[in-house]
Amino acid sequence: MDRIFERLSDIVGSDYVSNAAEERFIYSRDPGVQRPHEPDYVVLPNTTEEVQKIVLLANEEKIPVVPLGGGLVLSGLSIPLKGGIVLDMKRMNRIIEVNEKSHYAVVEAGTAMGMLSAYLAKHYPTLKNSLPDAPPVATVAGNVMIHGSGHLSQSEGGFHSEMVTGLEVVLPTGKVVKLGSCSTVPYWFSRAPLPDLAGLFLGWNGTTGIITKVGIKLYPRPLLNDGLMFLTEDVDTVPDIMFRIVNTEMCEDLTFFITPKPAMFEGFQMTIISITANSDKEMRLKKEIIRDTLKDYYESKEAGFVPIPKEMKAFLLEAPQKNLSAFADVRKGGGFEYVGAIIPVEKIPDAYRAGLEISARNGITYSLGGRMIGRGHSFMFYFAYPFNRADEDDMNRVRQALDDTNHAALKMGGIPWKAEVSGQQLILKQMWPATYEFMQEIRGLLDPNGIMNPGNWEVNP
Amino acid sequence: MNDLKFSPDVCAKCDTYDCLMKCQYMDFDLESAKEERWKLIRGEDTRILYDCVTCYACEEYCPYNNHPFYLIVERQEEKGIHPVPKPIEKSQIRAMAPRGEITPMKVHAPVINMCYFPMMLGTIRGKLFEGASAIVGSDIFCNLMYLHFARNSVIKERLPRMIENIQKNYLEPSGVKELICYHDECYGTYTSWAPAFDIKVPFKPIHLFEYLYNRLLELKTEIKPLNLKVAYQRPCSNRLSPEIDHFVDDIFSLIGVERVERKYDHENALCCGGVFEAQQKFDLMEQNQTRNVDDMKEHGATHCVFNCPFCFWTLSDLVSQKGMTPIMMSDLCHQALGE
Amino acid sequence: MKKEYADIIHRCFRCGWCKLPLNFKDFNCPSYLKYRFESFSSGGRLWLIRAWMNGEIQTSERFAKILFSCVTCKNCVEACAMPKIRQYLVDMVIAAREDMVEQGVIPPGVRDYLKAVSISGNAYKMPQEQRAIWADGLDIPLYSGQEYLFYVGDVGSYDEVGKKMARSVAMLLKKADISFGILASDEITDGNEVKTLGEAGLFEQIASQNIEKFKGLGVRKIITLSPHAFNSMKNEYPKLGGNFDVYHYTQVLNAAIKDISMAEVDLKVTYHDPCYLGRWNNEYWAPRSVLRSVPGLELVEMDRNMQNALCCGGGGGNFFTDILGTGPDSSSRVRVKEAIDTGASVLAVACPICYRMLSDAVKAEGLEDRIEVRDIADIVNDAVAV
Repeated sequence: MDRIFERLSDIVGSDYVSNAAEERFIYSRDPGVQRPHEPDYVVLPNTTEEVQKIVLLANEEKIPVVPLGGGLVLSGLSIPLKGGIVLDMKRMNRIIEVNEKSHYAVVEAGTAMGMLSAYLAKHYPTLKNSLPDAPPVATVAGNVMIHGSGHLSQSEGGFHSEMVTGLEVVLPTGKVVKLGSCSTVPYWFSRAPLPDLAGLFLGWNGTTGIITKVGIKLYPRPLLNDGLMFLTEDVDTVPDIMFRIVNTEMCEDLTFFITPKPAMFEGFQMTIISITANSDKEMRLKKEIIRDTLKDYYESKEAGFVPIPKEMKAFLLEAPQKNLSAFADVRKGGGFEYVGAIIPVEKIPDAYRAGLEISARNGITYSLGGRMIGRGHSFMFYFAYPFNRADEDDMNRVRQALDDTNHAALKMGGIPWKAEVSGQQLILKQMWPATYEFMQEIRGLLDPNGIMNPGNWEVNP
Repeated sequence: MNDLKFSPDVCAKCDTYDCLMKCQYMDFDLESAKEERWKLIRGEDTRILYDCVTCYACEEYCPYNNHPFYLIVERQEEKGIHPVPKPIEKSQIRAMAPRGEITPMKVHAPVINMCYFPMMLGTIRGKLFEGASAIVGSDIFCNLMYLHFARNSVIKERLPRMIENIQKNYLEPSGVKELICYHDECYGTYTSWAPAFDIKVPFKPIHLFEYLYNRLLELKTEIKPLNLKVAYQRPCSNRLSPEIDHFVDDIFSLIGVERVERKYDHENALCCGGVFEAQQKFDLMEQNQTRNVDDMKEHGATHCVFNCPFCFWTLSDLVSQKGMTPIMMSDLCHQALGE
Repeated sequence: MKKEYADIIHRCFRCGWCKLPLNFKDFNCPSYLKYRFESFSSGGRLWLIRAWMNGEIQTSERFAKILFSCVTCKNCVEACAMPKIRQYLVDMVIAAREDMVEQGVIPPGVRDYLKAVSISGNAYKMPQEQRAIWADGLDIPLYSGQEYLFYVGDVGSYDEVGKKMARSVAMLLKKADISFGILASDEITDGNEVKTLGEAGLFEQIASQNIEKFKGLGVRKIITLSPHAFNSMKNEYPKLGGNFDVYHYTQVLNAAIKDISMAEVDLKVTYHDPCYLGRWNNEYWAPRSVLRSVPGLELVEMDRNMQNALCCGGGGGNFFTDILGTGPDSSSRVRVKEAIDTGASVLAVACPICYRMLSDAVKAEGLEDRIEVRDIADIVNDAVAV
């Protein structure tokens, strides 16, 4: 029996460690097109203390540690590029606390977004968390760590990482730190007014430590929700339309999508405006204000609000969006991957054209769209390309398209979000050199043995 | 080809101006009605073409069956007027385009034409529709809805193919001569619009209500009177076949239902508002829906009966919010048979 | 693997919707809940089956455990995001099991079960003559042309709680004046679990034997005690020429209960949906309707109910093969805690397998003084007896 396996078993119990071919196979890949790399061990810790012991062991043995949440980034960020231990955090999924009046929840890192949402619906029906459009098993910690966004990003404060009120982190050396107000008082209300260290772990793809607990902001859950769909045929009008809608401050979520199928959508841009309210009166007023702000557009007859049948409305307002997962079956093939580029709002038309051009050039189909982040502060534009998992050529075409898209996104002034390793390299190439050096210095300080998710955020992995 | 059978002479000689004077959405006095009518006849620009909400009602109001509404739509299209924003119009024309997927199928009478409402197929069940065949889909879709979009041309282009599809794939090979139209819109297409544009219809269209009435007569002993007071939401397309309206009363009397005498029924019926939304007339939509549903409630209705699925989808939430039950006519009849 | 499945298995995206119920309450896949490795989730299992078919992984004990720990509860089918393939998810697992059975490499528990059924005609390796012990003293006739055949099945015939349930149902059917008979020692297993465990050949043999027997006796209508038998007889037997009107006992009771007079009870009950009645056969209302007709009975729902119900862990042969085991993360133990959360004092069941699994779980959790697992017929019987 292998020594490391035994020591891991001592830490978490033998039921929760595996080095079997089956687990090594599954944890070597994610649902996207990134190439597989097998871990040596998969470990399912149950407590912060266990995580700490595993990290100490990994330092001793100098083997990599790769934390995994829902495993749904699609860009392979939890594929163990250099082997080692994959830490599947989903056993640590306790909801530790909800502070109703101060609007935050404290959850363990493996807590699924959907489960937090179900818990709130039952126990705190006046509150909700911002849900990304990832499947509901996506974890809170994983999502904040990658700077995810969701259906409250437009109205309630931007990226999910901006909704973090505190963290508990196991550092690469095994030290457990608490960041934010929870470091000083028993409350997890905010990162201010202390030196803000949480940023050392947000956006780093697990290269600086392992998040074990998250404090996350909660928001009011109004009783009613409804939606409007604004249809345009001229993409150059979209930034202005979005700008006007955002400035009404009447909508909760603002997204749009572009798709070649079904035919009724081809060539149009569909802007989806989600509205919540506590009364019919409020709902009517909010809709009226939003409609009024676009009056000259629809009176020109060049754009307009589409009546949406009830079923379709439910479909459009669903959070998370199940049909986004179903997009993986467009090529009858069980897969898609996307570049989510964070771009300036005014670049939406450029992104749209780039997406159409790249998919045409690579001979693949697409779904394009995005979500407003903050009150018009940036836009997450996704370029999603479906592929047939049983067809390697198809996967290669998508790999090429993703690469083309990363280049295009950077060129237009955007930055690929949760980029795969090759995308990260493109970003780093363009990054202010001193900034990159600073990043590496921080990593060196935090992780002297270089065990944390090696290969990520490195110019030469 | 397929020119509208509209007689300028008949129109010019009419001194009722009912088409405009009775309009619920545009205001005319006799003088202005006269003036605007002339413009319409001569093909000149008139506010009628811009203000018409496409409720179909003037087809019913015209004492001479001279098709004022179809004329309005013809003129709107000639002048490139778009009652609905262009992208929505385009998208809808694509959405409902024939897919060319129809294949011959053996059917047996009664054959129920479900238009393009596959989601309504579940209602073709039970004793009411025993032994019936239902047909549905983009390839048999009447396309009359494009009247709301000022696109008679789409109907002209598609309808002959639809008629042929129905006849060649379903009715003729099975020796069936009658087609029961579930949706008023189909019935109106075959009995009003097609003749107005000189398009031949080789089968005999039967309105759903006539079928239901006759079937309920056969099943009379099995009917359990429902003892309900209901409001009836008359759809725009029933304006093309007002002669059918009496079947509503006939059916109701068979199944023990009282049609409340309310302001917005019969000739005075209000549009459900769905079309106004597409036309971006949001205030009109809300006012109309509110006064319509309030009127139902005020007159003591506990249920609102629909025949048009679009009206149902548009109004059912509001009807429910006001404490009434929205129900399709066919389902109401199923209920009366204890199903 | 059958071509129809081999052609689509790559279409699973492994997006993970299948792990949760439609209301996202908690992990709802019993084998994932227990093992927590991605490999034991529905998507992981499908990916591994594909890898196994492609020779990327080899047959192993671990893989067999992954394959046979699926309880075929169909939570994944309800929750899957892929409309075009979701209905086949469990079928693909069963098809892979068939391949494995054919290769002869199966976990010992599965082998033992299949052997027992094939040799003894029942899973318990018990003499067939002891099948009707449950009916002692009830004066239940053998089937001879009555309106219904009451098919009891292995668990109802040999398991202690199963027998209790069979008695309750039979007594109630009698009170409802329903004309029925049983096969007693002539009854053999229904084959549902044999099929889900991948022994397609043995299943056909069992089903054909049953069909022939039923036909020979002139059976036209069948009442089953177990939703598992209900499923195979209703959905699988017709493919082999056995067309009978098959009812689960709760359906028959639901139709008859209005004629049974009952006294007021004071009970707060929560009902656990059996997978083979609910998700497999879309019958959620008959059992609830029976319970609601008991005067004074308050029916409360668990957070996961109907399509979202958490399986007791006994489906797909696991009741007999026990691959999932009985640890604290076993779904039966999670389920009884969920029942406790409703404040009910009774956890009502409609399946002898659920009955046994959940009764054991109540004991394992030490909750005997807080909740009692009871079968629906038993609850109604008590109300009648009062």
